[in-house]
Amino acid sequence: MLTGKAMTSRIETRFARCRAQNRAALVTFIMAGDPDASVSLDILKALPKSGADIIEVGMPFSDPMADGPAIQAAGLRAMNAGMTLRGVLKQVEEFRRHDADTPIVLMGYFNPIYVYGVDRFLVDAKAAGVDGMIVVDLPPEEDEELCLPALRAGLSFIRLATPTTDDRRLPTVLANTSGFVYYVSITGITGASRPDYSKVATAVRRIKAHTPLPVAVGFGVKDAAAAAEIAAKADAVVVGSAIIDSLAKTLDAERRGGPATVEAVSKLVSELAAGVASARR
Amino acid sequence: MSVLPKNSLRQGPDARGHFGIFGGRFVAETLMPLILALEDAYEDARKDPAYHAELSNLLTYYVGRPSPLYFAERLTEHLGGAKIYFKREELNHTGAHKINNVLGQILLARRMGKKRIIAETGAGQHGVATATACARFGLECVVYMGAVDVERQKPNVFRMNMLGAKVVPVQSGARTLKDAMNEALRDWVTNVDNTFYCIGTAAGPHPYPAMVRDFQCVIGDETREQMLSQEGRLPDSAFACIGGGSNAIGLFHPFLDEPSVELYGVEAAGHGLEVENGHAASLAGGRAGVLHGNRTYLLMDDDGQILEGHSISAGLDYPGIGPEHAWLKETGRVTYLSATDKEALDAFQLCARLEGIIPALEPAHALAKIVEIAPKKAKDHLMVLGLSGRGDKDIFTVADHLGGM
Ligand SMILES: Cc1ncc(COP(=O)(O)O)c(C=O)c1O
Repeated sequence: MLTGKAMTSRIETRFARCRAQNRAALVTFIMAGDPDASVSLDILKALPKSGADIIEVGMPFSDPMADGPAIQAAGLRAMNAGMTLRGVLKQVEEFRRHDADTPIVLMGYFNPIYVYGVDRFLVDAKAAGVDGMIVVDLPPEEDEELCLPALRAGLSFIRLATPTTDDRRLPTVLANTSGFVYYVSITGITGASRPDYSKVATAVRRIKAHTPLPVAVGFGVKDAAAAAEIAAKADAVVVGSAIIDSLAKTLDAERRGGPATVEAVSKLVSELAAGVASARR
Repeated sequence: MSVLPKNSLRQGPDARGHFGIFGGRFVAETLMPLILALEDAYEDARKDPAYHAELSNLLTYYVGRPSPLYFAERLTEHLGGAKIYFKREELNHTGAHKINNVLGQILLARRMGKKRIIAETGAGQHGVATATACARFGLECVVYMGAVDVERQKPNVFRMNMLGAKVVPVQSGARTLKDAMNEALRDWVTNVDNTFYCIGTAAGPHPYPAMVRDFQCVIGDETREQMLSQEGRLPDSAFACIGGGSNAIGLFHPFLDEPSVELYGVEAAGHGLEVENGHAASLAGGRAGVLHGNRTYLLMDDDGQILEGHSISAGLDYPGIGPEHAWLKETGRVTYLSATDKEALDAFQLCARLEGIIPALEPAHALAKIVEIAPKKAKDHLMVLGLSGRGDKDIFTVADHLGGM
């Protein structure tokens, strides 16, 4: 195993703190550069104050095959405003000047990283203050591409487990996973309608039987009530499309945002955090 | 399966779906178990004589195979060089080579107990073939098609509707083939239990590139036999157009280990290779990247964002190419050329006037290179065009470009 304590320190510390507070962690997703670099940096900085424990930062990609309309549109806005992978890393670097503790996990697709150059990307990501990454189109079968080099570089590689990942396959999926496991609670794309959460507890137990890592659950979490329901059953709740939706609603006709954008996102995240906190375990 | 020679170029892919560095399985975890199940089912079917018998029966009586290898006498005279043959896939039921692959996959879907079929389509030929096979076997069929392509390939949209398929116009991205593929993948990720994704070209995650190739090899296998019986020897060269590369790999593969047979793949040069984002020639103008489940040559910008590309032909308008072609380019075994919109239009008209055959715009690209190269070859040079489809679907596009009918 390539996982090690020193490698996942920010993520581990954060989960330990949440456990000490007897609550699940809130993981929030935003797309870097949406609606533009400056507003998205302001949102990023505001997230921890609103109660985000871990931040997933989306790396825009032209062909987001696993994403629904909300995140597709967010990526498009970001790219139209000039966001690049280099720009994403810059955002993290800026964020780190103000926040040394909140874990940052990059999320996206492999091609921009591959084109940037895997080795160079890992060096730059580490230097920027990135803690880990979720790369949707890299299953364990392709671990040599990025997962193993990332682990060697001291970055977490967080894998998705899904309802189609059966018990026979689960060990393969978990083998080189570090930081936490992200359980996608439905088969589908991001932003899909609210799933039936009754099966979540069983799924989390099934995964925990195979790993000591915290299990985060996401897909379809839209409000504080849903967040509370999941927080009662999992180590973390992931919210993405709902945050993007709240951001999108504040944009003007030219898709520009401003202070109201930051405020809307902060408000939703505070509510989600309250939902998570209400579900003390 | 016959035993391949030791250094055979026909051995790929390896167990993980790689052709050299190309290919692989770059898909979301949700799809990974499905792809592994598909691989098992395909391996199983390959070994089952009953599966082959059923497919072969359909190819004979439903598709009308073998398709003729036709001596294009007037074109040969006109060009004054190589002796030109057409491998007439346009005579297949549904009017293109696409049905060869679709029937193989639909029979597989039936073995796997899948009742709902999804497909992406560009020119609409693969969509029509899929809708046809679904009608034939009573399966639900949903076809994703870029909204731009829905517009420029209207006749095929009508055909799919007549056949009972649901055509979903895709509004994301450039609203062409790549976006249709994204949307089909989104559907598959959502409907994992009952749905079979019938990919229309030799691309996508393993095992699709190898599986689609195997189904299309009937083109090259027949060409080989027919040329041997008509001319007593192998062809000297073969030409095929390349969108994702399925008709080309099907024609080329049976000749890969015959060094005397020159192989030419022809990409779409659109407005010209020098026009940024104005063509769809991923080998000529792209570089290695990862999209739609495989590593291959892609048209993209410096940040790794996929470009939209352009071709007059909806079937070639794809910023990637099947991984085996990427590998064959690197090995040098196949020569890859490109033809512009204009060259394809000229070849389209030439073929119609001289041979009484209206080709699809896709193979018109390959024909354009034959027009260029055939005159330089000796009269006993046997040259084959993979005539992958007929041009009925393109008459409005062509009329537009030629200034109305
Ligand atoms: C007639 C015809 N030829 C060729 C193609 C290109 O596909 P491929 O490269 O997979 O053969 C298409 C695709 O729609 C087509 O309709």
